[in-house]
Amino acid sequence: MAQVRLDHISKTFASGDEAVHAVDDVTLEIEHHEFMILLGPSGCGKSTLLRMVAGLEDPTAGDVFIGDRRVNDVAPKERDIAMVFQSYALYPHKTVAANIEFPLKVRGVGRAERAAEAVRAAEVLGLEHHLKRKPGQLSGGQRQRVALARAIVRNPAVFLMDEPLSNLDAKLRGDTRAELVDLHRRIDSTFIYVTHDQVEAMTMGSRVAVLNEGRLQQVGTPQEVYDRPATAFVAQFIGTPPMNLLPAGMWGSETVQVGIRPEHLRLVPGGPLHAVVRQVEHLGHEVLLFADANGTRLVSRLDPGSFLPEVGDPVAFDAEPGRLHRFDPESGERIE
Amino acid sequence: MKRRLRDVPWAVVMLLPSVVLIAVWTVYPLVKAVQNGHLRCDVTGTKCIDAGWGRYWDVFTSTEFQHALGVSLKLMALTVPAGLVLGVGLAVLADKHLRGIGVFRTIFSSTVATSVAVASLVWFVLLQPQIGVFADLFSGWFPVLKNPGLLNDPGTALLAVAFSSIWANLGFTFIIVTAALQSVPRDLYESAFVDGAGNVRRFTNVTLPMIAPTLLFVTVVLTTRALQTYGEIALLTGGGPNPEKSTTTIPYLIYGRNSIISGDLGTKSAAAVLLFVLSLALALVQFRGLDKRVHYGR
Repeated sequence: MAQVRLDHISKTFASGDEAVHAVDDVTLEIEHHEFMILLGPSGCGKSTLLRMVAGLEDPTAGDVFIGDRRVNDVAPKERDIAMVFQSYALYPHKTVAANIEFPLKVRGVGRAERAAEAVRAAEVLGLEHHLKRKPGQLSGGQRQRVALARAIVRNPAVFLMDEPLSNLDAKLRGDTRAELVDLHRRIDSTFIYVTHDQVEAMTMGSRVAVLNEGRLQQVGTPQEVYDRPATAFVAQFIGTPPMNLLPAGMWGSETVQVGIRPEHLRLVPGGPLHAVVRQVEHLGHEVLLFADANGTRLVSRLDPGSFLPEVGDPVAFDAEPGRLHRFDPESGERIE
Repeated sequence: MKRRLRDVPWAVVMLLPSVVLIAVWTVYPLVKAVQNGHLRCDVTGTKCIDAGWGRYWDVFTSTEFQHALGVSLKLMALTVPAGLVLGVGLAVLADKHLRGIGVFRTIFSSTVATSVAVASLVWFVLLQPQIGVFADLFSGWFPVLKNPGLLNDPGTALLAVAFSSIWANLGFTFIIVTAALQSVPRDLYESAFVDGAGNVRRFTNVTLPMIAPTLLFVTVVLTTRALQTYGEIALLTGGGPNPEKSTTTIPYLIYGRNSIISGDLGTKSAAAVLLFVLSLALALVQFRGLDKRVHYGR
C-alpha cells in the first residue's frame, strides 16, 4: 500500500527580498494506485511539489509521507519511488538494456536476474527488439518508453512523472496517453503525474490537483473539476476554449462574477447578453463563435448545422439553465 | 552546377587569406624541413651534401636522438596522466554551486594565463637549493632539495621539470574540463540519484562517460605539448644536468643552446620532422584506440 500524503508543504527558494514561494501550504492525499495529476501553468509549483516527493528538493515546511512513513529525511533511493523526467534523462553511452538495468545494478542485483528483469520491463513497453541500441538511435517515443521501462523495472510503489509527454509530437502524445493509462491499470503502483496540459489531465487522471502560484486550487475527478470549478482560475484553466468569465454586474448581481462554458452559451434571439460577432472558426465537428460584448470577449461552441451569423452581425446569447457558475470577484472562489 | 561555377571566383577570393597563411607558415616550412632533413653537413655546418631519405634513419638511430626520445617519452609519461587526473579532480571539486566557488575557479585556471617563462622562473626560485622555499621546508625529508638541488641532480631534474610543466598546463585542463562538466545535463545526475547511485557511481556512470570526448581531446593536447616541451627546459636546466643530459628532450636537442647538434641544419631538420611524425602517430593511436570507447552526441 503506497498512499502519498503531503501535509502543509511549503517550499521557498532563496530568502529575504528575493524569496520565491514556489509551493505554499499544500495539503494533498493521494490514494494507493491512484493516478493523480498535478496540473497548472508553468511556474505554479507542480514540478517542485513532485521533486519534494522524489527527495530532490527538501520542503521548507511540512511533511511528506509515503505509506505510513515520514520521508522528509529519507534519501530518494530509500523512498521506493521511480521518476521519469521530461528530458527522459537516459544515459546516452549505455544501451537500452543497460539503461533499464541501471537501477537494479545500483541495488546490487545479479547480472542474470538484472537482464531478465530488463527484458520483462522492455516487453511491457514493446521495446524487446531495441535492447542493444543506444538512445541516440531511437525515436522520441521509443526513448520515452525506455525511460518508463527504467522506472517500472524495479516495481516502485510510487511512479513520479514530470511532463513525460511534452517532447513528443501531437499524434504520439495521444497514443502514449492511452499506453500510460493502460500501464497504470496493469501495475500496482501509485502514479503522480505533472503536466500543464489539461487534455492529459482530463484523459488520464483518476483525480486532478490544480495548482496556481504555489497554492492548491482544487482536487477532484476530472469531471468534478470541469463541472464545478472551485475557483475562477480553475474555471478558466480547464476547458478549451476556456470558460467565459463575465465581469461582476454584467449578468445578475453586482457582487458576483458569472462563468459560462462555451457549450452552454447559446444564440437566443432576444437573449440577455448582447454582442457583435468578431470571428467564426469552423473546426469540422463544431463551430466556435467569438463575439465582443462591450469589451468582454465571449466564445460559444455551436453545432456546424445550426444557423450561423456573419462577422459583424449583432447577436444575443443566453445560458443554458442551471449551467451558470458564480464566483466571488475578490477571492475568485466559487459561490454556490 | 552553373551556379556553382559562378561562385568559383568569389570562393577563391574568400579562401585566399587562409591559403596564403597556411602556405607560408605551415606548408612551406614543413616541405623545407623535410628537404633539409636530407642534408649531411660537416662539423662547421657550412658544407652540406644531400644524403637522401636514408639520412632520417641515421638520425633516428643515432645515440643523441635515441636518448632525447627516451627523455621526451619519460616526460610525457610523467606529465600527461598526472596533469589529467589533477585537472579533472580540481574541475570536479570546483563544479559545485557554492558561495565563493568563483574565487577557486579563478585560482585554478590562472596558470593558463601564465607564460612558460614566468612559470619556469617561479619554479626556478621555489626549487633553488640555497634560497628556495622547498629546500627550506622539506630538505629534512628530501636532502636532494638542498644538495645538489632538484634541478641539479641527474636523477630528479626531469621530475622537477615535469612539476613545472604539470602546473603550467593545469589551468588549461581545468578550464576545458569545467566547461565539459557544465554541459552535462543535470537531469542525468538527478535520475541516477533517484535510482540510488552514490557519488562514486554517479562519477563513473554519468560524469566520466559524458566528458569522455573532452578527456580524449585534452589527452591529445597534453601529449603533444609534452613532446614539444622546450621553454621549461631551456630556462630551468638547459638540457642538463650534464654529462647525463637528463633533460635533453627532442625539442631541446633541435634548438637548445647547449645542444650537440646546434650548428647542424640537416640533423636538426631531420630530428624536427621525426618529432612531427612521432606526435602525429601518437595522436592517431589515441584517437583510434580511445574513439571506440568515447560516446559523442546526445
